[in-house]
Amino acid sequence: MSFIDTLLNGEQGLMKSKTLTPMQKLTLRFVVVGLLYYGFAVVEGMIMRIYEVKAIPAIESKQFFAILTAHPLVGIFGSTYSIVFGAFLFLVPFLMKKPLWSIKLGNYTFLLLAFGTLIFWLAGFFSHYAPLYTLYWPLPADFTQFSALGGAFFILGIALVMLGTVFFVINIFKTITYTPEGWDKQPGGKLLASALGVSGMKNMFKKNKEEHLVSLPVAAIARGTVDTALNAGIILFTGVLILVYMVASLMGFDLKNSAVDALLYKNWFWWGLDLVADGLVLIFVAGTWYLLATLITGKKLYMENIARAALLVELVVSWTVWSHHLLSDQAQPGILKVVSGEMVTALELITQGLAFFITLVTLWSARPLKMTNPLKFLLGGLLGFALAVPAGIMQADIGLNRVLHNTQWVVGPHVHVAILVGLTMTLYSAIYFLFPILTNGAKLYSNKLANLHFWCQLLGGIGMGAFMGMAGLKGMLRRTLYFNGEFSLYMILAALAGSLLLIGFLAFFYNIVMSVGLNGVIGIFTKAETETKDLVPAEK
Amino acid sequence: MIDSTTVLNGQAIAYTLYVLAILSLMAWFAYRVTRQGKSSIKPALFYSFAGMLIVLGVSLHIITYNTIPWSPMDLNRSEIKADRTFDISVAGHAFKLPAEKLLINQNEKVLFNVTSGDLTYGFGLFRADNSMLFQMQVIPGHVNDILWQFDAPGIYSIRSTEYSGPKGVNMVLKDVVEVVASNQQVAK
Repeated sequence: MSFIDTLLNGEQGLMKSKTLTPMQKLTLRFVVVGLLYYGFAVVEGMIMRIYEVKAIPAIESKQFFAILTAHPLVGIFGSTYSIVFGAFLFLVPFLMKKPLWSIKLGNYTFLLLAFGTLIFWLAGFFSHYAPLYTLYWPLPADFTQFSALGGAFFILGIALVMLGTVFFVINIFKTITYTPEGWDKQPGGKLLASALGVSGMKNMFKKNKEEHLVSLPVAAIARGTVDTALNAGIILFTGVLILVYMVASLMGFDLKNSAVDALLYKNWFWWGLDLVADGLVLIFVAGTWYLLATLITGKKLYMENIARAALLVELVVSWTVWSHHLLSDQAQPGILKVVSGEMVTALELITQGLAFFITLVTLWSARPLKMTNPLKFLLGGLLGFALAVPAGIMQADIGLNRVLHNTQWVVGPHVHVAILVGLTMTLYSAIYFLFPILTNGAKLYSNKLANLHFWCQLLGGIGMGAFMGMAGLKGMLRRTLYFNGEFSLYMILAALAGSLLLIGFLAFFYNIVMSVGLNGVIGIFTKAETETKDLVPAEK
Repeated sequence: MIDSTTVLNGQAIAYTLYVLAILSLMAWFAYRVTRQGKSSIKPALFYSFAGMLIVLGVSLHIITYNTIPWSPMDLNRSEIKADRTFDISVAGHAFKLPAEKLLINQNEKVLFNVTSGDLTYGFGLFRADNSMLFQMQVIPGHVNDILWQFDAPGIYSIRSTEYSGPKGVNMVLKDVVEVVASNQQVAK
């Protein structure tokens, strides 16, 4: 095939978008938009990295902070939520062997995530609304620095994303518990209990153990979804609070900022945010590792019962760890710092360490394995969390936090390595694995490009985190600017590593476009020609 | 008191060694998992690994509490009498100090009591090479105090360590804290 033929119709013309089911199209839409937002976040990151080295004259510092505010939100909501929600809306019915409860609701989730992200990004870009994702009170309601109107649009965008999240939560739990048309009545309550780990807990005290009604990956998705729901509630509540102040300001009233206690606010907001960072991510990731390990090897998961128990522990841990973000807040009670901030947080080392070990042993049990793209990216994802979780445990210590809080250490070896290496490489593993299933057998254009993608993502992510970490240990703060080149060397090295991430992403994107062709990409966004609720086309 | 640079150097060495170990382990695993060989793992290894994680998780905080001197001092600061107290206020993205220069005698325990009149800020002391001595958050409507013992002469800058809007990047007061040697005492 000529280059133009491949560009238009994909590798060997194997991508036939007309054969895609509505479910395949839904999932692919989530993935395509999620990847576009990921690329967007990478470019934003590069701009900021360059700005940290030398201020770009065309960009004012308030624009820099607007980018800094949007960057993690685009990365988490626009990219990660899109890819994860799309994958799980496909995988839960796939693993439960029944149709998704509502494809229409799934499409609403997709649209709300895609447009909600666009709206809050545009609001930040044009109005420079920049209270950062932390929204420390009363900064989001400080209208001497920020436009109330721009802020209202920003909050509207976030609220749309959260509404889409609520729809996702409903769809997941309804899919687990509902009875499809023509089926025998399903035990909804028992399915829910199994998914949430209640029946597993009861089993621990029973002689005759009950069989698990849902598979371990579904249980992981269900438990992570609990955190997703709680987080959406907190963010929506906070958004409404901020919106009240904005509307009042637009109407000419100045509400007292002191009506909201800044420390109490910080506690509830971090409680909610940590449900994503320490709950949802770790639970979803562990569940995805287990699923990929069993799919790659065709073997049963090693120590499955302990893996189930660890997921339940992680869920409870995720509700009680938020105080490690307040170790430098002197008004925070010492007991919360020690118990929640240090001790409970240390449990994450144990739960994530067990997930790491169980996944590796499951893979080991099937040796010799072929080093496929899903396997190598899965190993990269495991390595990412093996690096990032201990870095986080170190900063969640009263003594070390005193000299690490808000430095580049936090956001480098911990946050960026966890997200870019741990989380993203796990997601890429799932994407490479699901690619032929979702495209009805389309062939990857180039394995060399996939290898380039792997090494760029791995070395770029670890390198960037390492140089940021070194700068942090030397005292470089996050969320600020230095004007005299104090940390330029570290930022240049981090930018070079970051450019590897960009090269890797471009290689991946080109590879995927050449695999499915431009017609295939367009076909993903057109209406499906069949109305089946089946996940993949029925075999003829 | 151990200097924070020493603590951070220790952390950097420990974490670097860990990174090298885990990179080697994963490289070894990636190679061996593609080769023929024994594939069963005894449960004893799993339980030993779980035990090691528990020991590591618990011991980290016990070790730091007993080796980093400001940890117990911070948790028990309400029971420790400060040799000197500085009341500092911050509002409108500006620190207001009780004097143009904060002078401290070597070996003194000093309480920095910082209040915010509007936003959430940070309060940190930094050396001339921009490395951090310590920091804390400054929350409006609450007491934000930190006790620190200065056991070597030095000059420090104050910097806000928390984002408070784009204007916050200028919240730096150069060389406004000076710790003088024990033979040059300053009055309390």
